[in-house]
Amino acid sequence: MSIDQSTAAKVAKLARIKVEDDALPALASEFNTILGFIEQLNEVDVEGVEPMVSVTPMRLKRREDVVTDGNMQDKILSNAPDAREGFFAVPKVVE
Amino acid sequence: MSDLNKLGLAEARDALRKGETTSVELTEACLKAIDAADALNAFVHKTPEIALERAKAADERIKAGDAPAMCGLPIGIKDLFCTKGVPSQAASRILEGFKPEYESTVSQQLADAGAVMLGKLNMDEFAMGSSNETSVYGNAVSPWRRGNDDTQLTPGGSSGGSAAAVAADLCLAATGTDTGGSIRQPAAFTGITGIKPTYGRCSRWGIVAFASSLDQAGPMTKNVRDAAIMLEAMCGHDPKDSTSADIPVPNFEAMLTGDIKGKKIGIPKEYRMDGMPAEIEKLWADGAEMLRDAGAEIVDISLPHTKYALPAYYVIAPAEASSNLARYDGVRYGRRAQLAQGDGITEMYEKTRAEGFGHEVQRRVMVGTYVLSAGFYDAYYNRARKVRTLIKKDFEDVFAAGVDAILTPATPSAAFGLGEMTEADPVQMYLNDVFTVTVNLAGLPGISVPAGLDKQGLPLGLQLIGRPWEEGDLLNTAYALENAAGFVAKPGKWW
Repeated sequence: MSIDQSTAAKVAKLARIKVEDDALPALASEFNTILGFIEQLNEVDVEGVEPMVSVTPMRLKRREDVVTDGNMQDKILSNAPDAREGFFAVPKVVE
Repeated sequence: MSDLNKLGLAEARDALRKGETTSVELTEACLKAIDAADALNAFVHKTPEIALERAKAADERIKAGDAPAMCGLPIGIKDLFCTKGVPSQAASRILEGFKPEYESTVSQQLADAGAVMLGKLNMDEFAMGSSNETSVYGNAVSPWRRGNDDTQLTPGGSSGGSAAAVAADLCLAATGTDTGGSIRQPAAFTGITGIKPTYGRCSRWGIVAFASSLDQAGPMTKNVRDAAIMLEAMCGHDPKDSTSADIPVPNFEAMLTGDIKGKKIGIPKEYRMDGMPAEIEKLWADGAEMLRDAGAEIVDISLPHTKYALPAYYVIAPAEASSNLARYDGVRYGRRAQLAQGDGITEMYEKTRAEGFGHEVQRRVMVGTYVLSAGFYDAYYNRARKVRTLIKKDFEDVFAAGVDAILTPATPSAAFGLGEMTEADPVQMYLNDVFTVTVNLAGLPGISVPAGLDKQGLPLGLQLIGRPWEEGDLLNTAYALENAAGFVAKPGKWW
C-alpha cells in the first residue's frame, strides 16, 4: 500500500495537524517507510487468533455510578489558555 | 561523610537511620551536583525549595522513629509525571506553562514514603524516542564518553534525563516510564539498573499517557537492591487506574537472597540478530555463564513471533497515542497557537497541534490516525492486536514449560552519538527497542542490569524478563547477575 500526497493531506486533516503543502511529499514518503515496515505483519498467520484487548487477564473493577468528585471550577480552569466567566473560551464554532 | 550524592538508596537509607547524615545534607549535596551539571541538561525544572522543605520534614520523621523505605532520599522525577504546582510538560511545547493541580499516584506514593523530589527530568517528547533528541528542552547528554573522544553521546530514551542524572550522581535514583524500552534502554546505555514492572503494578494515574496498554512506570537506580526498594514504594493498587492490579505488593528487598540454584533461565534463539556486534554476543554468553555458575540451569528456548514485535508495536503504540493525544487541543491546558483574523475552531486545533507537537510526535499521531481510519482498521490495527496475542502466547508457552526468566541483551549496541541517527530513516531508530518491546506487548516485567563495557569504554546491559507479577523473583535473579558481573565503572567527570 502506497500513500500519496492527497492521502497524507487527508490523514493530517483527520489528526487536526496543519501540514503545509510543500511538506506533504516528505510526509508521504515517511509514512511509506513506516508502513512498509509494518507490512511484515501480513506474513503472520492470524487465522482464528483473537485480538488482544486486555494485557493481563483481569476483570476491570466496577463502582457505583455516583459522583465522587467535583466543585473545583477554579482548579479546572487554572491552566486554560483562555478562560472567561467560569468557562473555557474558544474561537467561534458556528457562523 | 563526603560525596553524599554518590550514595545509592540503600546506603543512604542506612546512613540516615544510623544518624550518620541527614536528609538535608543529602539533598544539598544533590542540589549542588545538579547545579554543576547543566551541561548534561538532565534536570529541566529544578525544585530546590520543595526539596529542602521535604528533606526537613523527612529528618523530623526519622528523628521521630517513623522512617519508611524512601524517607529522606533525594530523587528526580521524569517530566512525564504530573507534579502538583510544578511544570509537567512531557518535554512538549504543547504543555508549555502547564502546572497540574494534582499529583500522579506514583509520585504521591514516593512523597508519602518520604522521598525528596529534586526536580523534573528531561525525556523524549511524550516519551516518543530512543535518544532524548525529541525533547523541547533540547538533548539530554550522557555523562559517558568514548574514551578521550569528546563526542556527545545519547543517554538513551525516552527516560534519558533520568538515566543521565542517576549515572552522573545528580540524584540517588529517578523515576522512569517504559512503553517500548524507555527505562531499560537508557539504563543499559548509562550503566545503571532499570526495571519495568508487570503491566498493572504501578498506577498510570497522573502520568501523561502515550500508549495506555503499554505504559508502565518504574525505578532507575544505581543497583538492584535500590530498584527493589524504590519499586516497592511505587507499586500498589489505585482505584483511579482501572488497569491497576489489586494484588499485594511483596517486600521485594527481602527477596534478594542471591540464591538462584535450580532456576531455569531461557536463552531465546530469535534474539540472536543478524549483524549483532560480537561484543553484545559475548556479553550475552558471559551473562548466561554467570547465571549457570550461580546454579541456574540454562536452556535454549524459542519465541517464534519476536520478529513481528516491532512492527506490531509501531501500529499499536501510534494508534493509542493518536487517541490519547487528541486531548491537546489548545482549549483546556497548555499552549494555544496565535490565530489569524477569522480563524475558527478547526484552525485553532490545527495550528495549535502543528506548532505544539514536535516532528516525531506529529508523525506518530498521524500514523496512528491512519491505521485506525475507516478501511484500514482491520488490515493494520486488528492484525497487530492479533499478532500481539501470539507474542504473548510465545512467552506463556515458555513459562508453562518451566522457564523462570529469560536472558537477552538489553540493546543491540552501546550508546550512539547525539545526531548520529538524524540521517537515518525513523525505522532505524525504532530498532533500538528490538529486545525490549516484546516485554511491553506481553505486559511482562523486565529489568536491565549493567554487565560490562564495550571496547570504547561504554556500558552494555543485559535484560532479564520475568513471569507476570514475579518481580521479586526477577529482581533476585538480577541480583545474582549483578553480583557475578561486578560492574562498578563510572563515567569520568567532564561536565
